Amino acid sequence: MRTSELTGPSIGTGLRFGKRWTRAALYLLLAVMAVPFVFPTWWMITSSFKSINEILAFPPTPLPVEPSLRGYLQAFTFQPFARQYFNSLYIAAVVTVLTMLVSSMAGYAFARIRFRGQNILFLLVLAGLLVPSEVTIVPLFQMFNAAGLVNTHWPLILVTSFGAPSVLATFIMRQFFIALPTELEEAARLDGLGRPGIWWRIAMPLARPALAAVAIFTFLNVWNLYLEPTVYLSSPDLFTLPQALTRFTDAYSGPMWNVQLAAASMTAVPVLIVFVIAQRQFVEGLAQSGLKG
Amino acid sequence: MSVLSKVTPVRGAPPGRSTTRQSRRPSRLNRRRDAVTGYLFVAPQVLGILTFVIVPLSLVFYYSFNEWNVLAGTFKFVGAANYRQLVSDPQFGEVILATVIFSVGLVAINIPLALLLAVMLNRQGRGIAVFRTLFFSPVVVSLVAWTLVWGFLLQDNGGINGILHAVGIQGPNWLQSGPTAMAAVIVVQIFKNVGLNMVLFLSALQGVPTELYEAARVDGATSRTVFRRITLPLISPTLLLTIIITIVGSLQVFAQIAVLTQGGPGLSTTVLVYYLFQQAFDFHHFGYGSTLAIVLFLVVLALTVLQWQMRKRWVFHEN
Repeated sequence: MRTSELTGPSIGTGLRFGKRWTRAALYLLLAVMAVPFVFPTWWMITSSFKSINEILAFPPTPLPVEPSLRGYLQAFTFQPFARQYFNSLYIAAVVTVLTMLVSSMAGYAFARIRFRGQNILFLLVLAGLLVPSEVTIVPLFQMFNAAGLVNTHWPLILVTSFGAPSVLATFIMRQFFIALPTELEEAARLDGLGRPGIWWRIAMPLARPALAAVAIFTFLNVWNLYLEPTVYLSSPDLFTLPQALTRFTDAYSGPMWNVQLAAASMTAVPVLIVFVIAQRQFVEGLAQSGLKG
Repeated sequence: MSVLSKVTPVRGAPPGRSTTRQSRRPSRLNRRRDAVTGYLFVAPQVLGILTFVIVPLSLVFYYSFNEWNVLAGTFKFVGAANYRQLVSDPQFGEVILATVIFSVGLVAINIPLALLLAVMLNRQGRGIAVFRTLFFSPVVVSLVAWTLVWGFLLQDNGGINGILHAVGIQGPNWLQSGPTAMAAVIVVQIFKNVGLNMVLFLSALQGVPTELYEAARVDGATSRTVFRRITLPLISPTLLLTIIITIVGSLQVFAQIAVLTQGGPGLSTTVLVYYLFQQAFDFHHFGYGSTLAIVLFLVVLALTVLQWQMRKRWVFHEN
């Protein structure tokens, strides 16, 4: 339907022939334009199996001549990479779950429950959208330093789950619950279910699409955090992946490319695979976070 | 969709006839219990915002009036001295220039490219779906991984110059001179994130009623006229919103700079956030760093207010 809108109705073979050429030209142009979007990822993955000499070879080889897992193995010996991987994974998981809870509770209450001071509290929460995390990083560091929590994972978990980064999630959840029909909840209420029960057993299962969007953009956000770990963490054992990736350097602080690319692939590929499987949810989730942020 | 335009009509109760009736029916005890649940439900978020946004924001404002060197252990009230230092700091001028070049350059390429991709991909077909995935894929690639790979490709003997060499061009050492380093940082960031704007434009394009296209077609309008006179005006709310979101995002760029150029060569790619980080955490000037944070806050605030104003003007358009 859409094709005919844009290229005009196809009447007769002559036009159809022209249309086919237009289409071929479009695909060709798209293929050329896609190169800088796809090539770096492809190059990262293929080169992670190359030796350092082959990576630096000129002209570059399209596929590894002698594929080896050396970079992958070395990644785990030069740094506590397994530990760092685990750090990233568990922090992202904890923050994602906490954000889903915090935002769905707050979003539900702001949308459905009446209580005094509701509007003021909601405005206060929305203020979180106005303050980029870079603005508050100095006092936050100072606060966590005073609490003895610098060089622990607590600042990353607490600030991202309860602070400014979770506000967008709360906003999205509130919008969702406002649009949700109330009939089911009323029926549940007549059956004697209390508010917490209605929230957990009726509203939450219905909110799955919104929760999926929240989960996806929260996970990606935490997975990619860089400024905060750089500020708070100083022991390699505590590093998260983005931080660790930049530290694969030799004695002269030159990057060890094969190791770095292997580590980078291990960081990026699992997320890419999930993206390809759950593409629609990813795109919708991230588009929501883009539009409402 | 805008944050503020939705705030005003709420007034405590969600809209809808049934809810109002509902909340009137339960006993007083029930209603009170409901309110208690409400407070408990919003408590984690509200306390989180107070602790991790409102308190630090007040503190950063207070710090910005103090001379505070963490390393030397000095902390004293200096009034507006840090703000006067902004004006006299020759580096600050360069930093603002770099920030403006980065943001303007990014938006000037990102928005037209995203729109072009969206128009090209606004049709059906299996191949089209694949291309959408490909253009979007960098959005989900780890930011540091993406930047590291580009850092390698942009080296003097890296892949980009290899390709240029193959067609007989001697490429520059991209990251070693100011203008090319800035161009590199902008381009790397564009390929990373343009897919997101592309998706926003795609959904805006799909919201344009097909009857309008058909009517224009019947009137004999060319594709170009259709785009200029129908598509562009109808997606203008998304366009403006996306431009502002992209500017605000560009002001927060940190990892890319830290990994690719460390702000160099010289100060040529030292944008505001990176300078803030350096002053506070490399040079331990927490006071001056806080002043820079206030500058960043005011700029983002101004842009957000601008966005709300624009949204308000376009609310009619949207519905």
